[in-house]
Amino acid sequence: MTAFLVVLVIILFGVAVWQMGKIFEMSKTKQTNTSEIATDKDNNINGWLMLGFVLFIYVILIICFWKWFDVLLPEAASEHGVGIDNLMLVSMIIIFFVGIITQWLLHYFAFKYKGEKNKKAVFYADNDRLEFIWTIIPVIVLAGLIIYGLFTWTDIMNVDTEDDPLVVELYAYQFDWRARYGGNDNTLGEANVRLIEGVNQLGVDASDPNAKDDIIVNELHLPVGRKVLFKMRSQDVLHSAYMPHFRAQMNCVPGMITQFAFTPTITTQEMRLKDEIVDKVKKINDIRRENSIALTAKGEEALEPYEFDYLLLCNKICGSNHYNMQMKIIVESQEEFEAWLAQQATLTETLQ
Amino acid sequence: MSAQVQNHAEDHHDDHGHHHKETFITKYIFSQDHKMISKQYLITGLFMGVIGIAMSLLFRLQLAWPDKEFTIYEVFLGKWGEGGVMDPNMYLALVTIHGTIMVFFVLTAGLSGTFSNLLIPLQIGARDMASGFLNMISYWLFFLSSLFMVLSLFVEAGPASAGWTIYPPLSALPQAIPGSGAGMTLWLVSMAIFIASSLLGALNYIVTVLNLRTKGMSMTRLPLTIWAFFVTAIIGVVSFPVLLSAALMLIMDRSFGTSFFLSDIYIAGEVLHNQGGSPVLFEHLFWFLGHPEVYIVILPAMGLVSEIMATNSRKPIFGYRAMIASILAIAFLSTIVWGHHMFVTGMNPFLGSVFTFTTLLIAIPSAVKAFNWITTLWRGNLQMNTAMLFSIGFVSTFISGGLTGIILGDSALDINVHDTYFVVAHFHLVMGISALYGLFAGVYHWFPKMFESRMMNKNLGYVHFWITAIGAYGVFFPMHFIGMAGLPRRYYTNTSFPYFDDLTDVNVVITIFAIITAAAQLVFLYNFIHSIFYGKKGPKNPWKSTTLEWTAEVKHIHGNWDGPIPHVHRWAYDYSKLNKDESDYVIPGQDYAPQHIPLQENEEEMNH
Repeated sequence: MTAFLVVLVIILFGVAVWQMGKIFEMSKTKQTNTSEIATDKDNNINGWLMLGFVLFIYVILIICFWKWFDVLLPEAASEHGVGIDNLMLVSMIIIFFVGIITQWLLHYFAFKYKGEKNKKAVFYADNDRLEFIWTIIPVIVLAGLIIYGLFTWTDIMNVDTEDDPLVVELYAYQFDWRARYGGNDNTLGEANVRLIEGVNQLGVDASDPNAKDDIIVNELHLPVGRKVLFKMRSQDVLHSAYMPHFRAQMNCVPGMITQFAFTPTITTQEMRLKDEIVDKVKKINDIRRENSIALTAKGEEALEPYEFDYLLLCNKICGSNHYNMQMKIIVESQEEFEAWLAQQATLTETLQ
Repeated sequence: MSAQVQNHAEDHHDDHGHHHKETFITKYIFSQDHKMISKQYLITGLFMGVIGIAMSLLFRLQLAWPDKEFTIYEVFLGKWGEGGVMDPNMYLALVTIHGTIMVFFVLTAGLSGTFSNLLIPLQIGARDMASGFLNMISYWLFFLSSLFMVLSLFVEAGPASAGWTIYPPLSALPQAIPGSGAGMTLWLVSMAIFIASSLLGALNYIVTVLNLRTKGMSMTRLPLTIWAFFVTAIIGVVSFPVLLSAALMLIMDRSFGTSFFLSDIYIAGEVLHNQGGSPVLFEHLFWFLGHPEVYIVILPAMGLVSEIMATNSRKPIFGYRAMIASILAIAFLSTIVWGHHMFVTGMNPFLGSVFTFTTLLIAIPSAVKAFNWITTLWRGNLQMNTAMLFSIGFVSTFISGGLTGIILGDSALDINVHDTYFVVAHFHLVMGISALYGLFAGVYHWFPKMFESRMMNKNLGYVHFWITAIGAYGVFFPMHFIGMAGLPRRYYTNTSFPYFDDLTDVNVVITIFAIITAAAQLVFLYNFIHSIFYGKKGPKNPWKSTTLEWTAEVKHIHGNWDGPIPHVHRWAYDYSKLNKDESDYVIPGQDYAPQHIPLQENEEEMNH
């Protein structure tokens, strides 16, 4: 009934609009008219609004920085991450500089040269020198950025196996992660999805001698200060191993092994004590406390307080639980790491 | 008005064709007239746009208030919104179809299809497209593909939901996500038809521009709109077939057991037989279209904006030849940068370096264009018509969005922002919002040409522009921040683990701005539909423009000009040109000299 009434009202409204339009149509003269073309008054109003708009852009920028600067990622927790952050800073400074100036020119000109009836525009079609200047300046700036960027990129992607990195396999499947350590020999055993059976969830080839001491876990522990070489595999669809705090990411592709290497520099404990993290955790806990009040009022369980941990996130659309496919990363001292690793079961032990 | 100097030269193609008896079907449905086809493209595109934007509102609601129940989900999504809770698969389906519809159906067909069809014959002085029949087929294939895409929303297991990039294996295996069943099949069928439509259209545009220009219309006298459409069509012909091949291979992988993109997969408790394929191959093929595609979207908008800006500034476009050169440079570079979407896909890092290099090069012609637009405004006499406002808005969002491309195009920086909301903010500003502004600018500017001199209401236009302009920045500025906070895109909710809890209020702000902006589009829709029937009839050449379309008959006749086709004697940008002794404009009392007016006495000849 309600639906019927709603439809009826919509129809009647439509009819009313149509009729009003007809009356409107009949009441006006048939001559062409110029009333829908901007007049000097429109030019003036919109010219001023253009000036207002560029100020709006600056204001929204300032507000965003002021309100949300603290949500940005904390300082890089890896060696190469510092390089990325520096490059990012340089790029950002250039972007803001260029952006602020060009936006100003664009909108200021729109304001300054707003149309007036008897004003004459200047016939100005070409200026080779000017165009040369603003071709060559981007060329120089970009050349600098490209070279800087390429050096950073090659440094990150060229993995030197001579400095004996810790080899860790990151194994992705819908919708969770596993990490596999090479064990005492720091060498991963062969694996293939065709060997997946029972507890051998990663399809590791048990007959490969290198595989015997492999250790499979679902919490990633990394020793601080040692280079880690990640070998990524996927069991089903594309996933992406994204470790934002370490400025690291690589897709996990079924059918091939991809890799990424970095050296963690800040342990989880140290990171938790950093001011920006302390502030962030406090902010998040305030939000959670507030949400908990609403939850307990409804008779549900309150949220647990949050403590900072590094995260490995899936960053390539992979299915319904993509949004919650994550694994905790713990960076600790070499001793702690070794102690932890010694407690984990090796593949041989698991398969028995 | 102006001193219309007619040229009475002989014209061999005089009024052929408009003596046929037009029935309702040949006039409105299976029309071969480019003006009608352009309206068909526009209205279909706008219809798809309504669907696409409505979808974005649904998932924005979900992102801002993940814990709240909205009955509206149940109303629109049925079983996927039961009890007012959105199903995670449906969330992915919404983002997938939103992307597909906006990129292909609205911004490719709706923008390039509409204005290429309307403006190419009219602005080059042709009676119609080279092949009216192919043009008609092109539209109806587009219609058919839209139909399939809309139909796919209603299949049992849900529409395609592997992201608009449909990377296999997710898109190939129904076991991986329900949307990869019948929904994905329909998606692929729809896209295959779309590609056929786009190719027919593009070939037609290229041939028409090359062969049917009126006497005197040399390539260097073409308005920049035509240059943009022409080059867009070329990019389309080069890159769309590659997507078709990718789609065909994906269909084979899905239905005929081949392994182009699949290898070593264990899913739903069993190992698949596929061996030896690579999803990275698909990514290469997809982005070989996918990247040029963003230029297919943006170049027509650039053309429209250049034209509208010059007209409304009452000044020639600054650096006409540099503008053409940069269109060509962008088009060329656009086909060799696709790898910047794949820096962290496992592609060889050396290739990453190459693609970083080519990608950052694109910033150069883009910068030239932006500077030239700004200089076009300088010392002009700006007529703030709605189309002009959207053109200025275009340059603004193109700069803001383009600059962040410098970060994403840099492989080293891309590592950490790849697939985060930073990317989403970047491409929405630089190609989404900008191209939409181009579309709106075009609609407001050429509405009188499309609908026989009826004009859209300017005050509603101003309301539409200003709310949209503020809303668009309100949505996408904050989005950069959540991207830099490390938030991955395509997450159904950001609160299933605590780390991103502090981003909730940013998401709320974004969603509120999105709702306001979407509401402003209703103003546009009302204005558009109302003006078709009741818009005031303005003068024949309302914006005092120099280009040929305004000399064509107001009433739509097949063949465009009742008499002979006008000949062209000058370039398209003789605005405010003074005579030799600088006492008055070349045509006294009129600040523009249309293209069909011969060189006047006391006028200095320029290089055009």
